[in-house]
Order: sequence, then structure tokens, then C-alpha cells
Amino acid sequence: MPSQTAGVRRGDRHPLARLVVRRLALSIALLFAVSILIFGGLEAMPGDFATTYLGQSATPAAVANLRAQLGLDQPAATRYLDWMAGALRGDFGTSWASRGPVSEQIGQRLSNSLFLAGVAAAISVPLAILLGVVSVRFRDRAPDRIINLASLAAISLPEFFVGYLLILFFAIRLNLATFPATVHEGMGLLERLRVVALPVTGLVFVVLAHMMRMTRAALISVMSSPYVETAELKGLSALRIILRHAAPNAVAPIVNVIALNLAYLVVGVVVIEVVFVYPGMGQYMVDAVTVRDMPVVQACGLIFAAIYIFLNMLADIIAIVANPRLRHPR
Amino acid sequence: MRLRAIPAGAWIGLAGIAAVAICAIFAPLIAPYTDRQIVGGVWEPASARFLLGTDNLGRDLLSRMIYGARVTLAVALAATILSFGLGILLGFAAAVSGGLIDAVLSRGNDLMMSIPTLIFALVALAILPKNLFVLVLVMAVLDSTRVFRIGRAVALDVAVMDFVEAARLRGEGPLWIIFREILPNTLSPLLSEFGLRFAFAILFLSTLSFLGLGIQPPAADWGGMVKDNKDGIIFGISAALVPGAAIAALVICVNLVVDWLLRRTSSLKGGRGDG
Amino acid sequence: MAELLSVRDLRIGAISHPPGEPPREVTLVEGVSFDLARGKVLGLIGESGAGKSTIGLATLAHGRGGVRITGGQVLLDGTDILSLGRRDVNRLRGARVCYVAQSAAAAFNPAHRLIDQVIEATLLRGLMSREAARARAVHLFDILGLPDPASFGDRFPHQVSGGQLQRAMTAMALCPNPALIVFDEPTTALDVTTQLDVLAAIKHAIEVTGTAAIYITHDLAVVAQVADDIMVLRHGRVVEYGPARQIIDAPGKDYTRALVSAQRTTRAEAADQSGAVLEIDGVSAGYGGGANVLEGVSLRLPKGQTLAIVGESGSGKSTLARVITGLLPPATGRVLFEGAPLPPSAARRDRDQLRRIQLIYQMADTALNPRQTVRELIGRPLGFYFGLRGAAKTARVTQLLEQIEMGRGFLDRYPAELSGGQKQRVAIARALAAEPEIILCDEPTSALDPLVAEGILRLLARLRRETGVSYLFITHDLGIVRAFADSVAIMHRGKVVRAGRKSAALSPPFDAYTARLLACVPEMRLGWLEETLAMRKDPDQ
Repeated sequence: MPSQTAGVRRGDRHPLARLVVRRLALSIALLFAVSILIFGGLEAMPGDFATTYLGQSATPAAVANLRAQLGLDQPAATRYLDWMAGALRGDFGTSWASRGPVSEQIGQRLSNSLFLAGVAAAISVPLAILLGVVSVRFRDRAPDRIINLASLAAISLPEFFVGYLLILFFAIRLNLATFPATVHEGMGLLERLRVVALPVTGLVFVVLAHMMRMTRAALISVMSSPYVETAELKGLSALRIILRHAAPNAVAPIVNVIALNLAYLVVGVVVIEVVFVYPGMGQYMVDAVTVRDMPVVQACGLIFAAIYIFLNMLADIIAIVANPRLRHPR
Repeated sequence: MRLRAIPAGAWIGLAGIAAVAICAIFAPLIAPYTDRQIVGGVWEPASARFLLGTDNLGRDLLSRMIYGARVTLAVALAATILSFGLGILLGFAAAVSGGLIDAVLSRGNDLMMSIPTLIFALVALAILPKNLFVLVLVMAVLDSTRVFRIGRAVALDVAVMDFVEAARLRGEGPLWIIFREILPNTLSPLLSEFGLRFAFAILFLSTLSFLGLGIQPPAADWGGMVKDNKDGIIFGISAALVPGAAIAALVICVNLVVDWLLRRTSSLKGGRGDG
Repeated sequence: MAELLSVRDLRIGAISHPPGEPPREVTLVEGVSFDLARGKVLGLIGESGAGKSTIGLATLAHGRGGVRITGGQVLLDGTDILSLGRRDVNRLRGARVCYVAQSAAAAFNPAHRLIDQVIEATLLRGLMSREAARARAVHLFDILGLPDPASFGDRFPHQVSGGQLQRAMTAMALCPNPALIVFDEPTTALDVTTQLDVLAAIKHAIEVTGTAAIYITHDLAVVAQVADDIMVLRHGRVVEYGPARQIIDAPGKDYTRALVSAQRTTRAEAADQSGAVLEIDGVSAGYGGGANVLEGVSLRLPKGQTLAIVGESGSGKSTLARVITGLLPPATGRVLFEGAPLPPSAARRDRDQLRRIQLIYQMADTALNPRQTVRELIGRPLGFYFGLRGAAKTARVTQLLEQIEMGRGFLDRYPAELSGGQKQRVAIARALAAEPEIILCDEPTSALDPLVAEGILRLLARLRRETGVSYLFITHDLGIVRAFADSVAIMHRGKVVRAGRKSAALSPPFDAYTARLLACVPEMRLGWLEETLAMRKDPDQ
């Protein structure tokens, strides 16, 4: 995260607005650069794609035909502009594998993935903050040590291992949950929640540990600041110190931790979806990578990156807004 | 350093890593069968002949685990060393030279880090040919962005210390300054960072292999073995969990050691008592 | 009337965690007793590690970090507060006993307005209504001389200066009308001219409100201005305890005598000989594209003598050192060494030019590479400049160690195994090893305790005599100038406002800034503060 105070000039009336606008512009520039990177990757691909796709035995005519069909005969710059223009309108071109429009497939899958990640976030964020606070409150005592050790173990487990453990015990042995986690249109919310229960548990397990450890670190650094000692020496109660003196200053670091881990959640979704055969973006992308369906890979890559960039931007902007030095300039 | 000062957790971690390393190095001597030999039926349960049972093709699971340790450890280690070398070299270069070089490297690094690592890897692996060299390279380059940040920050921290300035004013060359003044003071934080990156590389490699994009069959690595045997889960066969548990155990061991190294670093810096 | 506060046989310990060793119990304070009557001020004085802050916090039943009060009593109006439960202790804090920290800038919460923090405890204890508390805070801001008292509290901590924050913290402590306030080095972090104002404000506020106070500092001259009684502490034990007048004018113990005299020595200046070893000629310099930090600075340093550069923080004195060493090439002007101009950038100076100007830093902690032994630290310039190796090098390092009054036993120690004073001595030996003509001293004693600092100054003076080296001595402490320098240059906002032989420069008639600076240096006698303030109010005197 770039330093927020570094850019403040004296006598600047609206450092807050200026920094927020600057952060927004940075994200747009970043997204633009990422799109070039993702698109440019295809150009750097060794060998001609049509040949790879049709196999070595393909006739030159068939190759030329396919190239024209996929638009590969156009200059790269033209194709990039077309692609970007389409992407901005939500049109990601045609899948090479299914020959159908990518957007059609992505629309439903994106909302499936966001649902999965959203439910996981709704559970893990409050839980992580709660555990972080408990851990700091009982710092270096039994609850803290247990949470610490458990979370160290949890961050060491691969997502797919957690997933299969859950499946084996809850779906197969105990028959409490469904596997695979198939969802389809027209499913009621409760039904949907029941289906995603296991994948959500897996995601929460993985993200929670990271989020809680970082929340704890952020809280500890605020709690050891001199103004908290001042509050103690003013005879304030522990609760008032935490709520009134620590919390306002902990908002920025904790929001940052949450955004960082939500971004992590976006990635965790990929593996969990594959494990639970859940029809989301992650599974779609992995399948596309395996068969080298480039329009799909590009579309998924861009969307994942955009979400990630957006979350990080949000965290930075909240941190800027939460900074009293910027809200109340000299 | 006193051996007694090493806490129990770190001992467990060190022992675990050593055990896996021994398996990896002496795999042909330890393993009862080779990793590709079909020696029994599909998914046979554990028995005296097959201590961990057999896998989805009837190969001995234990033997594949032992050979798999070799692939997992070697690839993860190679990727970590490469990423570390690259990240530290560029990070120190950026910190020491400053100016335009620093700006270009840092902004480029920010760009790389603005895409989630796994997504970036998926895009890259969709484009590039499937082989071991490419895999290690992709893992290393993506991970080096984290090392670059740490390396640059640590070097900047030390480079502004008065003793570095004193060496510059003495007329020392850049090599002396980097290797004699800066490096010895950054070893401790960098060592724990190396452990952290190694743990991440093991998880990352396993994830890629599990998704079918890492180590290609018939070679065995732990992540790939989970993929091979995952269909057994539906029938209640836990063959996929054995390599999964092995990955988890190895990463826990590495993290235990890292935890100890981090504590040690912070206690060396430690706050001094105030009168 | 009974005493307000009685401390009886106080004992305080802590768990120390040396790296790589099992934790052990250490004693910080032992057998400390004192009494404090209502409205009186007790000064606690000592060097770092003397336990003065620890004792101060104990009167609020607080131990910082792993510090625990292991024995004794702290009686407030006859009640032992150490035996109270947490709830009862909290009822005392912020109401009957208040605390003022050294760094108010860190001690105020950045997220809340000053007024809300100042009246917070008063409201929580239900001592006053919100309106009454606000009115009292405004009244206290006024007493403490804060600008625009009615609206001052509406600002956030980052919007006011360090000196003002320190006064606001005093207002916060005074607001609930407490019986006792603990001041923990409230002026140490401030510049000398700001220090005087804050000290005067605190003294005035204490007198007006009639509260009792414990005033903690390492500066005997400061405590002499405010305290009725003084307790001198060393290594957690009482050295001497008595009325302020007796401690200052007739100290009974050697240690106290040393403290009193450490700040009173003066030295006659050397005669001015013509040969200048270093000349600074019209130097202006700045960082980046910003305004110049130095503006047309010209100075000369006669051979074998000491030129002191004096100024407050932000005066440009450290920037001047960076120009001389070549770390910051000047925008205009030259630096001449023995009459010949030096290349502006250190990178363009040859090895011999670099060798002849050495530097001693303020913080010996960061100036010595923690991964090198004393032998390597001092040996490197010997090898680098003179090509010494093996036994010859060791012999010379040993010789240098003896010169700085440390033995060969220190050869293989790391900096972490040395005390603050020893580290600074090793830094001096490293400079000396290069056999320089000039040693640039950048506040080398300001981070050290007074007696240790005095030892370093004595060592530097002896080395000047023995080796004929010249010093450029940067400091903010006029006491050091009087004790150590031959000539002096006073800097203010990047310019030299006064320069010359010490005797002439520090005698009237003064320019406005020098007069103010000199007037602000606390003198080791009672009543100095009142005299200075009276003179200020009545400038015709």
C-alpha cells in the first residue's frame, strides 16, 4: 500500500479528495496494464495457436480458415482494441472450445462464484475479527496460544486437502451434506445454502486463519501504542480503551487485512470449486486452461484481476478516509 | 547459539523436514517398489504387502509417496531458490541504485502483484508449453515479486544506517558495502522469509499439480497424487488424503521453523528496558 | 497535616529476556521511600536506568511491559494503592492522580479532538458536567498560555506543535483537579527555547491550581527550577534526598556533586592562530527541488582547535555536516581543506581526502555495524587506509583501545555487549584509526547520560591535545560549547546568525536570536526561571 501521508502537501485544502482520486486513477491504470499483460501473453505464445489447436496434421487451408474464423489474421493492436471494447460492454468473444459466446457462460458462473465467496466472507470476516480480539485480549495466555497454534496449522493445509476431508466425513461417512455441490438456476436460497455448506466451510477454514492472524498483529500494534497507555493511566476500563481508543485507529489496518484476504478468497474459490465440482468461474477457468481455450482464460483472468484490484483499492480508500490527518488537514 | 534455546516446536519442524529430505534423497533405497510399477489391484486397502494400500492404477502408494517427496521437495526448493535469487538481486539493486532503476523495477513489481498469483499462473501455463522447466520458472518469477518487496525494504532499512554511511565515507566500494555491511544484517529476516516462501512453494506446486497444471504424469508428486486418487473419495477410499496429509505435515513443519526464526529475529531487535 | 503521598520501601522488578538465554528476574528499584505534602513538587533525577520513570508510574500503580511492583507501599492519603483492586485503581487514575508523558505527540490519540481527550476522564468519573469540564479546560488552556484557548481544543493532535501538545497534556492532567500529577520528562523532547516556555507554563499551572507533583527528568538544572525537594537516583537506589537548595548548593554525595559540576565547567579558549584547516565558503544547499536548508554559510576552523556549531532542530547544522562530508553536494559555495577546494561529492574525493575528515555520529548504536567485533570495526580503516594486516593491525587496534581508555579485553566483543559510552568510545577509536586532520562530531554526547557524556568530552579534549586533531562540534547544548569549544557559530533557519571566538560570541551585545537562545538555557541555580521570565516581561531591565 503506498504511503498516504507522503503525498500530502502543506496548504493543500483537500488532500483527502485528491488522494482518493489519485488512488482511483491508479486502479484504472493498473487494470489497463493488466489487460495488456493478459492479452499480450497470447502474442508471446510459442508457435501458432491455430496449428496447435488443430494438430500437426491439419492442412494449411484448414489452419488459414480457423485463423480467419478466430480473427487471428488481424493485427494484434486491432484485436486488442476489439477485445477491450467488447470486454467493457461485457462481451468476451467466442469460446474456442464450445464455439459459444463466453459471456453467456461467465454470467451465471460469476454469480455462482460471488455467492460462494460472499457467504464465506459473511461468515469469516466477523469470526476473524472476533477471534483476533479474543486472542489479543488474552494475549500470551491459553486462548491466544490455542488460537495461534490452530491457525498456524490451518494456514499450512492445502485447500484441496481440507475440501476432501470435509467431503469424506460430512458427505460420505456421515451423509450430512451433498457432494458434488451442484447448483442450477431456479434453486431456492435455502436449498442453495445447503448445497454450498461444505465448500463454504472449506473456504472459511482456509481464509479465517490468515485473516485472524493478521487482525491479531494489527490489533497488537495499535494496543502497544503510547496513547493506549495514556488511556490506561486515565483509568479507563479495558472495554472503553478498546472501543474508543484502539478501534478508530485499528480500522484502517484491519480493513486492509480483510481486503487482502477477500482477494485471497477469490483465489481460494478456484481450488474449492474444482474440488466440489461447483459450477463457478474458477472451475471454468481451470477447464479452459487445460484445453487452452484462450478467450475464456483471458476473460476469467481479467475478471479475477479486476475484482482483486477493486478490493485492494477499496481497502486503500477506506484507509485514506479513516486517517484523521487527511480528514482534518492543518 | 545454544541448542537448548531452540523450542520444542522448532525441533518438531526440523525433524519433520529432515525425515522428508531423507526420503527424497534415498528414495530408491527406502521404497519397496518403484513409483511406476503396477503391483496390485486398484485401490487395495493397506496390508502387509502395501503398507498404505495401492492407488487408482494399482501402484504401491507408499512407494509413490517416497518418490513423490523427491519431486515435491526438489521442484519447490528449486523454485524457491530461483525466486529468492531473483527477488533479492533485483530488490537490493533497486534499493542500492535508487532513482529510475528503482522506480521501473518497483512499478513493474506492483503490476505483477496486482494479479492474484494463482490466476497469473493459470494464464501463464495456458500459454506456455507444459514442461518442468517452465513450471519452475513460472513459480519462481511469480513468487519473486514478494521477495523483491521484502529484499528492497530490508536493504533500504539497513542502507540508511549510519554504519553504512560511515563505510561509504571511508571510500568503500559497493561490493564491500553490500556483502560486508548490509547482507550480514539482513540474514536473519531473509532466512525466515526463505522459509515462508518455501512453504508457499510447496503449497503452490501441490495446488497446480492438483489442478492438472503442475507435474505431469506418470511422474509422482504429492499434489498430483491427490488428483489421481480423488475419485476414490466418493467410494469412501481415503488414498487421496495420504498425500494431502503429507503436504500439510511438511508445510506445518516448515512453518514451525519459520515461526521460531521470526521470533528470534524480533527478540534480537527487541525493545530495550526503560528506566 | 498528614502527607498526601508516602512511598515506603518501594521495590520493583522485571523479567528480562536476554536473547538465547532463559528469562531471569532483575531488580529495577530497591528500597525507595519518600513523602510528598499537598501542593509540593518532588524532583526525581537520575540517568537512564536509574528507575525514575518506573517509580513515577508506580505512584499510579502501573508497571510498563513486564515490570512488576514486588514490595513496599504507595500510600495516597493513607490508603495503599498497591493493595487496591483494578476497579479502585482506575477510579484514582485520571481523577486523583494524573500523568504527563514525555512524548505528548505519541500519547494523544490521533483519532480524537484534543478537548474530548482532555475532559474524557473528568466526565467519566462524574466530577463535572460536560459544560463545566469544557469551561475548565478552556481556562487551563489559557493558564498554560495556549493560543486561542476557546477553540484550541477543537483541533486534532496533528494540527498543533509539539510544545503546544505538551501543554495540552498538562491541561488534560490538571482538568479533574487532581491531588497529584506525575510529569515524566515533559520537556526533554523539546527544543531549548520551547522548553523554557513549557517549563514556565507547567510551573505556573502547578502554582495556580495548588496540585502536588512528581517531576521526573535527567536534567538537574531543569528540576532545580520547579522542585521543592529533589531525590537523586542511581541504579534504582536513592543516592541523596533533600530540599532542592541543599542538593544544588551543598550536595552531600560525590555522585550528586559530579552531576552538579558536570554542567558548570568552562574552559578558556585557545589563541587564534591563522592557519585554517577547514573553510566553508558561501555554501547554500537543499534537498531535492525544495528550498535551501543552508543559505550562504561561511565558517573557518583553525588547526588544532574546536569550532562548535550551535542551533535548534531544523537550524541546518546537520545539513552542514552532510555538505562537509560530501554526502550532500552544495548548490553553491565551496569547502576548502588546507586551502584547497574539496570535490563537492564524496564519491569524487580520493581515499586520502576521505581519510583526513572523519565523522562521529550522535547514535553510536547505529554507527557501529552490529555484526562486526571491535577488532574488525577499528581494524578496517587501518587495513583500508594503511594496509596494516595480522599482528601489526592487532597491535595498533590494541594501542587505540588503550588510547580511548578501554583494554584489549574488548577486542572480540560485539557492539551489543558494550555500554552506550563504550560504543561511542569505539566510534572515536575508529575515527582516530584513520589519523584524520578533522573529526566532525555530530552531537556525540546528546544521547548519553551527563556523567558518561562528560567522560567522552574529557577523552576528546585529551585526544585534541595529544594528536593535534581539529574538531567541528555540532551541538544544541551551550554548556558543552562553554566547556569544550574555542570558537562558535550559532545557526538559525539555515543561516549563521553569529560567529566568532567563544568569548566574544557569547558576550553582549547580542542579536535577538542569540539573546533568546542564551536566556533559555537553564542554569543550575534556584530562581533562575523566575528571573528569566521577569526579564522577558520587562525587557528594559
